[in-house]
Amino acid sequence: MYWGKILHIDVSKRKSRVQRVSKKWLKKYVGGVCMASRLAYDNIPKGADPLGPENAVCFANSAFSGTMVPVGTKYAVAHKSPLTGFLGDCLAGSYFAAAFKRAGYDGIVIKGKSDSPIWVFVDDDMVSFEDASDLMGLETFETEEAIRAKVGDQRVRVCTVGPGGERLVRFANLTNDRGRQAGRTGPGASLGAKLVKALAIRGTHSVKVADPENLLKVCKKLGELAQTTKTEKYRILGTPANVLAMNRLGVLPTRNYQNGEFEGAEKISGEVLHERHTEKAVACVGCPIGCEQVARVREGIYEGARTSIDYESLFALGPNCGIAYLPGIIEAIHRCDRWGIDTMSTGVTISWAMECYQRDILTKDDFDGLEPEWGNHEAVVELVRRIAYREGIGDLLAEGTKRAADKVGKGSEHFAMNVKGLECAGYDGRGFQTFSLGCAVGTRGPCHNRSLAYEPDAKGKVDRLSAGPERGMLAKEAEEFAGVLDIMMFCKFIRGCFDDMWTDAPEIWKYSTGFDMTSEELHQLTERSWNLKKSFNIREGWTREDDWVPPRWLKDPLPSKGSKGAVIKPEDMRMMLDAYYEAREWTPEGLIPKKKLIALGLDDIAEDIGV
Amino acid sequence: MEKQYAHIVCDPVKCVGCGDCELICSMVKHGVFDPSLSLIRTVRIEPIVMLAVNCRNCADAPCVLSCPRNALTQDPEKGIILVDTDLCDGCGWCIEACEFGAILLNPSTKRVEICDLCAEFDEPQCVVYCEKDALSLSVPDVIAQKTRRDVVSKLLRELVAPS
Repeated sequence: MYWGKILHIDVSKRKSRVQRVSKKWLKKYVGGVCMASRLAYDNIPKGADPLGPENAVCFANSAFSGTMVPVGTKYAVAHKSPLTGFLGDCLAGSYFAAAFKRAGYDGIVIKGKSDSPIWVFVDDDMVSFEDASDLMGLETFETEEAIRAKVGDQRVRVCTVGPGGERLVRFANLTNDRGRQAGRTGPGASLGAKLVKALAIRGTHSVKVADPENLLKVCKKLGELAQTTKTEKYRILGTPANVLAMNRLGVLPTRNYQNGEFEGAEKISGEVLHERHTEKAVACVGCPIGCEQVARVREGIYEGARTSIDYESLFALGPNCGIAYLPGIIEAIHRCDRWGIDTMSTGVTISWAMECYQRDILTKDDFDGLEPEWGNHEAVVELVRRIAYREGIGDLLAEGTKRAADKVGKGSEHFAMNVKGLECAGYDGRGFQTFSLGCAVGTRGPCHNRSLAYEPDAKGKVDRLSAGPERGMLAKEAEEFAGVLDIMMFCKFIRGCFDDMWTDAPEIWKYSTGFDMTSEELHQLTERSWNLKKSFNIREGWTREDDWVPPRWLKDPLPSKGSKGAVIKPEDMRMMLDAYYEAREWTPEGLIPKKKLIALGLDDIAEDIGV
Repeated sequence: MEKQYAHIVCDPVKCVGCGDCELICSMVKHGVFDPSLSLIRTVRIEPIVMLAVNCRNCADAPCVLSCPRNALTQDPEKGIILVDTDLCDGCGWCIEACEFGAILLNPSTKRVEICDLCAEFDEPQCVVYCEKDALSLSVPDVIAQKTRRDVVSKLLRELVAPS
């Protein structure tokens, strides 16, 4: 359901107001990433300092939050990323999204900068600004529990900034419901810079839907399918099942992407994790899958480390740092989660520092006595702490690979594994070349969530070790497929349960909201969303040079068996970029023609940035 | 044999904490999705303790005994607690008497509501909609039998497991 209400909160003035939005607006921007991006475009002025008062942290809910639509209880948050300087759009799920909906809002925009630490309490219609001086320094989950205890009501759901966000670590997350993170691109730093420690919501309204009878039917069907082989990977081993699969394909990033194959993969596989460490698979609220593999270290120096483990966190702080010791990896991930920093950026930034150490670009002195050799999990765990608290070299690493490499120089830029400043994901682009195009053009940077372009590579639909002009269209389609899930808001893991997502999703949306949408219109919506995000970036000064891949992928052939010799030829990347811009009906420079924006109903944006 | 009433039981091993039981309950009883109006409630103690709690249909139910206005009666066949909404004035003594926190005081009607195992359906709908099969309608004896079977088969699996 929709309320037609966006809550604007100005933490400088400590005032709030409600903006009414029309049915037409809701049908146009729907929710999730698309609505959040529109709010960001409208509320963040060009050239805003991401860590200043002008940046806005824009939350947008899903039409499905608080209902039984399987894994539809999710929210998106968009902001100008302190890591990339472009649009950062992040997603998370569970109770916070449901509370947000039940408080009566479709979106929440936070602007300004407080003069002292506060937490914002949205208590249905009431908004209050509470002193957070006693909360500063608390870990993510501690903050959440402390606020619930202050209010004295378990229904209060909290999105928090951890110690990392307080210190403006450029890849700090927002965390809600203990273990759900709006990660990547640093929304925790954007909110932390406003001296907002947390956004707490108590929603007590009921959620109504347009057609309960039909909605329950489709929910039941999807819920049952979610117990079948279609989601088995997520339910049984969770995403860590990827470790061995990616290792076989030779695309498991190892030692800062120096290899695509890790000799210790067997020791840290999803299977071993499941057998030795997983306590239970748990679910977000409203999810019939239950993918979150809560793992625990039962003995040894990391005894007590306990958090949920996903492939992306596991690769970044495991093989990518040369670590084949699961307890050490679990501890490193647990630390990131407690202190509210992104596991992927943390891992890939640490691996960059480790390679600097390997090549004597950084020395033991730079690390204040640590010796971060590959596989030294004690050093990695300590570096996570230094990053979150910006201590010693952690202060440099908290800036992310791009800024750190620019500062250190000495050729370390070659292996600073980022695009637009965002660290790469857990699939080596040299062995997944369709995905490498997806990485190059991603509006928030290289991302396996915004672009599912690795699917044609992994499933063998194309020759993954070489490029081709057909990849342009494939990458566009992969972004739009992901777009449906990110805008309507379904968890990606339910995607295998649809008969045809392009017709199923509008049907479910109709039963929920009463609004009609054809699959044609849904295609247009995903295009609108992507063009909107791109427009934000263009307004910030994006040029074609920003769509590129890390130098390592262009020069160093992969030594791994599964992808032996694979490298991305610069001319191939240029050819794929041309094909992609063409598929998107953009100019060869990657800019958006006015008429394209007007066709998507973005007339005002056409005026701003259209060519 | 002493009378045992069936009630909805939640298996904490199978429960993933999705909360769908609360949503289907509020939809069936009130036509909306709202955990606050649900007669079954989930409890999550992070990170892994998850359980749904609802009326146990206790024999000689304390809630019935505690009601000063005799608004509550127990159905002798099914054991469900029936609320006479004319007599109930929402005083909440039954809520205090219930050891399971299973009684809802509806904030809009100011009357209590108690799970009736979906009298209007063949089966409680939370059980039907629990995709993890964590919920079942059972009597205590049967639950104990099942628990014994589970523990023995687990032991057996461990004994014959390949080393």
